[in-house]
Order: sequence, then structure tokens, then C-alpha cells
Amino acid sequence: MWRACQSERHLGQYYTLPTSHLHTIFPHGLPARYQQQVKTFNEGCVMVRQPALELISYLKAADYSKPAVRYLLYGLKGSGKTMSLCHTIHYCSTQGWLVLHIPDAHLWVKNCKELLPSSYHTSRFDQPIEASNWLRNFRTTNERFLSKIKLRQRYTWTKRESTEKGSPLGELVDMGVSRVKSSSDVVGAVLKELRLQAAETEESEGFRLAVAIDGVNSLWGRTTIKKEDKSPVAPEELTLIHNLRKMIDNNWCGGAVIATLSQTGSLYSPSSAYLPKELLGEEGFDSMDPFIPVPVSNYSEKEFESCYLYYLDRHWLQHPHSENEGKKEIIFLSNRNPSVLERLCAFL
Amino acid sequence: MGEDPETFTQQDIDRSIAYLFPSGLFDKRARPLMKHPDEIFPKQQAVQWGADGRPFHFLFYTGKQSYYSLMHDTVAKVLAAEKQQVLLLSEGPVPQDTKPISLVGSRWLLKEELEELLVETISDHDYARFIQLMERLLSLPNCLSEKDFVQRYRKQLEIQSSKQQVAPLQYDENGVAYSTADGRRKTATCTVLLRDCGSGSISINGRDYLHYFPVLQDREQLMFPFHFLDMLGRFDGQCTVGGGGRSSQAGALRLAISRAMLSFLSEGQVESMRQAGLLTPDPRVKERKKPGQEGARRKFTWKKR
Repeated sequence: MWRACQSERHLGQYYTLPTSHLHTIFPHGLPARYQQQVKTFNEGCVMVRQPALELISYLKAADYSKPAVRYLLYGLKGSGKTMSLCHTIHYCSTQGWLVLHIPDAHLWVKNCKELLPSSYHTSRFDQPIEASNWLRNFRTTNERFLSKIKLRQRYTWTKRESTEKGSPLGELVDMGVSRVKSSSDVVGAVLKELRLQAAETEESEGFRLAVAIDGVNSLWGRTTIKKEDKSPVAPEELTLIHNLRKMIDNNWCGGAVIATLSQTGSLYSPSSAYLPKELLGEEGFDSMDPFIPVPVSNYSEKEFESCYLYYLDRHWLQHPHSENEGKKEIIFLSNRNPSVLERLCAFL
Repeated sequence: MGEDPETFTQQDIDRSIAYLFPSGLFDKRARPLMKHPDEIFPKQQAVQWGADGRPFHFLFYTGKQSYYSLMHDTVAKVLAAEKQQVLLLSEGPVPQDTKPISLVGSRWLLKEELEELLVETISDHDYARFIQLMERLLSLPNCLSEKDFVQRYRKQLEIQSSKQQVAPLQYDENGVAYSTADGRRKTATCTVLLRDCGSGSISINGRDYLHYFPVLQDREQLMFPFHFLDMLGRFDGQCTVGGGGRSSQAGALRLAISRAMLSFLSEGQVESMRQAGLLTPDPRVKERKKPGQEGARRKFTWKKR
């Protein structure tokens, strides 16, 4: 269990995530293929890599009385951005932070089955299903904070329903999960409360807030959702996206925003784009600016060796040539890209 | 025209005809040509009988006179060789210092080539009998005297590897060895510059090969020449490719890489590459669509009525 004491000495080595943590912290965060690997190997092992260590060192060194710092992980497809993000989230939660993890912001701008006009603001649209799913996962992740944080404001949902000031956050979340129709507004309320309360210092029951968003470029791109008259919906017109953008603005203190760019789920962007300027667009870049970019690259030789040895150790590579001759072939075929390597080894 | 009539070869004649009568026809055999009449007109049998109607050859009435006369001569040689062998054995067991005729580097004439030689048609059965008889002749120990006779009916094969041209290695400013080559497959063309650096990185049209070829099959095609010669991490490649589709671009690159690697290799390795098929350009191209059919081979749906 090497939680807070990871340093450069441990670069390239694997550490195991305890199974309890896997269920609580990451109900929805890990990449699909990684989840399958966890199920196969019966344990979750994460490699300690340079980008994640860099991020953790920045988080340790940051000053939390100043406005929130924004970090952006970017890199080629399959180079390990989401995994680095999950590594950082694990660190944050072991340090006692409140983690607001949005596993894939792209899911909120496409394939929406139900779109309701928002009750709060007439020109906006709600997405009840996605919002309630997210609230459920949020509840699993941050159980212990739900009773500690109290609401500062009274929220009225309908003529009869309202949440009083001073009631715990858990009640609000439960209400959002059960009342699916107003779940998007609940999400907005939750975000606002956390934003206001994270600014307090640690002594007076404050906490540090980590906002982790995967696929942040979807917030400023286009959507595939259409209104009833077949005109496209702009991202600002979705309540969830609107509230998320408010979170990313660095006008609150006491936490950090960690974001990942993702080309895989993004809409209308060329597959060769991976730099922040290309994927975020003008608007996104201006809103995210200033941020700290953290590049994520393919495995170095040492990391590749470590990954290969891990697979051999788990008896994942069954081919008799895997020890020596096949290694060079695999290096060539995958060019040390983590996801390609994983897919390649899947059938060896 | 300024040409020297004394040293005017057939090649020069072909060149001049192609210049004087330019033709846009696709089939080379349909274009105008000027060659010796023997090469243009097929050989015909001369008249086989005289003024009195009596045939010259005694085997004329068999129908295939040249074939049967050839068989007749061969059998006579076989009998002569056997008789000589019997004579030698009766004189006492003599140590065998007669070597058999060397058959390496040549093959029997094909049926079509034999027909051309004899100027008459033979059946498959006849051809098989002829080859059987020649093999029998060769199996006898005293056949060295018939060497010329046998060689007339065998064709020499050229050694394929001597045809391979290997470009010499070039060196750039830093002393690093490099070589360039081209490759083509089915409308895809490419050029490759291989450097003997030590990293295994290959860039295609400025992009990484992992991004240019997301499919595993194409990357395996690229890997084949390196893997065959066990030089996987040694070379650094810069390629440009255009035309064709995904698979043909990969095939063209593979050919170009193999050709570029030739300058770094020894003779034996070049020969093994050639035998593996890495240096052969793939001749398959898209077949033309014919009129009256839907595609190259597919016919229109046949309706009975």
C-alpha cells in the first residue's frame, strides 16, 4: 500500500489498488478495457508513470487559498491519460479530498434519449437519465461527506417539494436520484454548494475539492442532440454543461480542476488531433486559459519492460516465444502505445 | 538519319519503327514491327512428297513422322549403350569412371517447345513416352557420348539471383549509412529512406506509422522484412506514400523497404529474401470490366425466359 509516498524511485513499478477502493472511488471512472482486465486478473494494478507523479507533486505544492489551478492532461490516443487521471483521483481520495469525477463528458453531449426543457431556465434543456446516474455514482464515491456538508440555501423544486437550509447534502442527492425529472437542477445545486464551501479552510469543517473531468473538450464542441424541430442544440443550452463550465472557471478557492482531453469520444474533430488548441477550439482554450498542460506520451523503454513483465507474471502471454523473440515484434507492432499493446497482448 | 548502317542491330530497328510509326494501341503485339520473317511467320512443314507422289520419309504414313523418327533414333542409342555395357561387363568388372551427364541448371523441353522443334503436333501421351525414353537413356552408365544429343532437348535455366541489382550504400554528413528505394503495388507508389540509426521509428508522410496504419495487418506487412532478417530495432525509416488503398500502400511500402535493405545485406541474405518473395513486385492489378458483363467476371443475372 504505497499511497502517499510515491516518488520518482517508483517510476515504472506497479501498485495494487485495494478492492474496496475500486468499488467506492471508481464506480464509473475506469476505462472499459481496464475494468475487464481487473476482472480477469482479480486485482487492479496501476503503473506509476511520470505524468501522474508530476500532477501529484503539483497538487502537493499548490496553495489552496488562491483560486483553483487547472491542469490539463493531453496526448496521443491511447497513451494513458484516463489512467493517469484515475491515479491522481485515487491519491486525492486517500488524502481525504472530495472528488467530483465526471467519467466522460462526451456522454452528456451525445445519444441523449430524453431531453426535457428545464424548469429553472426556459431556454435550457435537461438530461434526467445522465444526471441521475451521475448523482448515484457521486453518492457511492463520497459517502462520508454527504452527512457532513450542510446546505447554505433553500432550494425549491416544485410547489410542495423543497430542501431546507442546513440540511445535509445527502438528502439533496437522494432527492435528485429519486426525483428524476429535476435531477439536472440537483446537479447544478450540488456543484454550486461544493464550490462555495470548498473555499473554507480545513479547520472549520472545510475540505478540498478535486474536479476531475474526462473529455473536457466536449464542453465547447458541438453536440449531436437535436431539438424537436431538428435544429442542433448548442452545449450552453444543456443544464449539465452550463453548470460544469461554471465549475471550471477559476473563481473559487480550495481545490483543483484536473481535466483530460479525449479525441475518441469527441464529435466532429479529426482523428489526428491531440493538442489542446486543436481539440478545445478557440472558446474552450480561452475559458481554460491559464492552465498547466501535462503531456502524456507512450511508454518509455523502462515502462514497457515493466508492463511486459507484469503480463508475463500474470501468465497473460501464453505464446512460447513471448519471453525473447516476440518482444521485439510486439515493440514494433505497438510502438509502445499502452492501449495498442494491451489489445495486442489480449490474443497472444 | 545519322545512324551507322554497318552496326545497325535489331534493337535499333525496333527503336526506329516505334519512333516513325507511333501507335497508341495497348497490346504490344498489335503494334507495327519489322523483324526477320522467320520470327513472324510460324514454321510450316515443307512438302513431304516428290513429283511422283512418293513421300521422302519412310515414316510418313505414321502421321507424325518427325516424332517417330526421333523416338527411333533414341531407341537405337539406348540399344547401342546397352550392348556396350554388356561388352564391358564381359571383359571383367571395370571401375566406373564414366560420369553421368550433369542435369543441374537445365530442364526438359516443354510439350509446346518440343512441338515447335518438330513442327508438328504431339499428344500428351506421346510427350510422356518421349520423356520416359530419355530418362531411360540417362540411367544407363555409358551415356556420356550422347551428351550433345540429350542437351538438344534440354533448356538451360538462368540463375535468378544474378539478375538482382543492388545499389551501393550511401553515407550522409554524420557518417550514418542510408539508402533509398521505390515500391509499387496496384496504383500505390512509395519511396523509402532507410537510415542505419538504432531506433525503430518509422514515419510515413510525416505521421507516425502507428497512426497512419491503425490496422494490425498493415503494420505486420511493414514488420515482415525487418523480422525476416532479425533487424527489428536497427533502422529508422522516412517514407512517403500515395495512391491506392490501405492494403496496397502497405504492400508497396513492404517492397520498397526490402529493396532499400538490400544494400545493407550479404549475398546469401539477398538470395533468401528473394526466395521468401519479399523482392517480387506483385503483378495483380484490377481486371478490366468487359461489355456484356456486369463486372470483370460477373455476368448479368441469367433469366430463363
